[in-house]
Amino acid sequence: MTIRVRYFASLREKMGRVEDTLVYEDIATVADVWRVVSTGQPLPDHLLCAINLEYAEPLATVRDGDEVAFFPPVTGGMG
Amino acid sequence: MTVILCQTEFSPYAEMDAYQQSMGEAAGRYGATSVFVGTMRDLNLGDAVTQMTLEHYPGMTELRLGQIVAETQARWALIDVLVIHRVGEIKPNDAIVLVAAWAMHRGAAFEACRHIIEELKHTAPFWKKESIRDGERWVENNTEG
Repeated sequence: MTIRVRYFASLREKMGRVEDTLVYEDIATVADVWRVVSTGQPLPDHLLCAINLEYAEPLATVRDGDEVAFFPPVTGGMG
Repeated sequence: MTVILCQTEFSPYAEMDAYQQSMGEAAGRYGATSVFVGTMRDLNLGDAVTQMTLEHYPGMTELRLGQIVAETQARWALIDVLVIHRVGEIKPNDAIVLVAAWAMHRGAAFEACRHIIEELKHTAPFWKKESIRDGERWVENNTEG
C-alpha cells in the first residue's frame, strides 16, 4: 500500500518536510498513518486531517493510493 | 458561481463591478447584493504586522470553497455568488477576501454572505503567517468576528 502524506503551515515546519511517501501493508486508518510518520506519537487533538482533499476523522480508513494530509486549525479570511 | 484564488493584489470593487457587468441575463433579476471585504490589518495581538504570507492546500482549497458556495446556494435563494481569496505575500491594507452574494431579496443576500465567510474562515485550508518586528509567527486562532 502506498500513501502520500502531506503537511502544512506550522506542522510542516515542525516536521521539517512537506511530505512523505509511505509504502506499508499494516496501515488501516489516518491515525495509523500519523503513528508511522511521527514514529509512534498519538495524533494531537488539535490537528486536522484530510483524505484525498476532504476532511476526515482519525479513524477513517485509508486505501492504496490515497493522499493523507495533516495540518493545524485553519485561519483564512480577515475581518 | 465563481471562486478565484488570487496570487496578486486585487481590487474587490473593480472585480465585483466587472463580474456584475458580465452576469448577462441575471441583470434585472436581483434586488439585493451583499458584499463582505476582508482587509489585512497592520495590528494583531498588540503587535505591528508588516507583512503576511497566506499558505493554502492547493486542490483542497478550491474544492472546499466550491462546496461551501454550493451548500449555501442550496440553502438560500441566490442568483449568483463570487468569492475571491488572496494567497501568498500580502501587505497591510490589501484585500484578502471578497464574498459577494446576489439575491432577489436582502435577507438571503445578507445571510448567505455571512454564512460563506464564516464557513470559509473555519473550514477552508488557509493559514496565515505574520511578519512582526521580532520575526515571524503563525496565526493560531480566528478572531471572534
